[in-house]
Amino acid sequence: MFFADRADHGPLQDGLAPEARIIAAIGFVGVVAFTPPRWAAAFAVYTLVVVGAVGALGVSPTAILRRLTVLGPFLVLALLLPVIGTGDRMSVLGVALSVDGLWSGWGIAAKGTIGTVISAALAGTTPTARILLGLQRLRVPALMITIAALMIRYVGLIGDDMARMRTAMIMRGHDPRWIWQLRPLARSAGASFVRSFERGERVHAAMLARGFTGSMPELGDRRAGWRDWFLASIGPMLAAAGLAIGWYVEAWS
Amino acid sequence: MTPDSLRVEGLHYAYPNGPAVLDGLNLVVEAGERVALLGPNGSGKTTLLHQVTGILEAEAGTVDVGGLRLDDATCGEIRARVGVVFQDADDQLFMPTVRHDVAFGPANLGLTGTALEETVLAALAAVNATALADRSPHHLSVGEKRRVALATVLAMDPSVLLLDEPSAGLDPKGRRELIELLSSIDQTQMIVTHDLLLALELCGRALLLSGGRVVADRPPLDLLTDVELLAQHRLELPLPLDRPTLVTLLERVQQKGPRSMG
Repeated sequence: MFFADRADHGPLQDGLAPEARIIAAIGFVGVVAFTPPRWAAAFAVYTLVVVGAVGALGVSPTAILRRLTVLGPFLVLALLLPVIGTGDRMSVLGVALSVDGLWSGWGIAAKGTIGTVISAALAGTTPTARILLGLQRLRVPALMITIAALMIRYVGLIGDDMARMRTAMIMRGHDPRWIWQLRPLARSAGASFVRSFERGERVHAAMLARGFTGSMPELGDRRAGWRDWFLASIGPMLAAAGLAIGWYVEAWS
Repeated sequence: MTPDSLRVEGLHYAYPNGPAVLDGLNLVVEAGERVALLGPNGSGKTTLLHQVTGILEAEAGTVDVGGLRLDDATCGEIRARVGVVFQDADDQLFMPTVRHDVAFGPANLGLTGTALEETVLAALAAVNATALADRSPHHLSVGEKRRVALATVLAMDPSVLLLDEPSAGLDPKGRRELIELLSSIDQTQMIVTHDLLLALELCGRALLLSGGRVVADRPPLDLLTDVELLAQHRLELPLPLDRPTLVTLLERVQQKGPRSMG
């Protein structure tokens, strides 16, 4: 395809329309989110599906691990819940922990990890522009698409600006090696924001000058057909099967 | 697209809480003409470019492109006719690859499929950037970015080209390539520049903008040899070249090509 990206190819994702990929991801994560934490068998199935999908899609483990770092605060909460939770307690390695807290913590950790891995798989196999295109086709309001498109552009610009400011500081004798030495850089964040805002206005002006009216143009991407929706439904259907297994095991145990 | 004329009359604009940047500006660029717009920093050159495409709304005055009056109803059509190459190419390039960026404008105009692909390839070929098609625009050199920025506009087949400081930041070779490229384009061109020798070489007419008005409208050679006028408006040639020297240099460039200038 003329506008296909190299990152857009792989054994399974070749040609799968972006809106189908997004629905597949949301469908799978949706089923996982509604699963009661005590249905452990369901989570075992989800894990198998996720590992299989990540392997088949050829997503880099490094990229997944990098994205998993966003889970840090949630994992801290998951670890705290068994300690601060109420109700029945059980002894784990000599420490009395709340049973409900353990299950809640487990639920947060398991669901968060699965959701993050799925989003990493989507982001790793679909260029950002195509994700925005998929959201547009799913009738996400044009204003939100515009904000998302500009925000993605701004993140790069702010990063570049901060890097340039840091270089300028180093050139003038500042050598930040420790966290408490970052004060000048933090102070410059305000200036960076203003500069990025002005740059954002100029980028928006350039988009308007080239006919932008609020929605990104469709660059030769075909829309999802029955094949796309069939492939996209496999993940959520496997998740639904996992949910049923989880319910069955829980009900009969 | 056939070149269009550009007519601006009585344009007035002030930024919020600021003085007037454009103060009753009048100018005419005939169809197919290549005109330099010179002036000190803050004289309103870039603001004028934004007015012509309706990105900023004028407080008073009119803009006509090929006889079409700029207003809310014609804004889209005017933007299709007028291509703007911004001063900083990073402001112009925002898509993940060069190919997508060049396609952004024509796709907004409704081009799809093979027609869109052919337009993208033709625009990239016109600026000698075909090999950059799959690169990320943000990882190109300044000269490459400038060429791709021009391709993004050429792909929309505009009838009028507005270029804001097109030679800024280019190395000598890149500047020479840009001059050759612009001289090969048929569209009406208004080139905002501080590069006075580029204006001399490329343009048939030079407008001096100062205080939000056009204060001089002459052939570039006449304007650039009026040292007093240039000095009044914070402009000067990079070297104190007199008129005969400039004429000789210009003739050499036009007759024998740039390599003979040394």
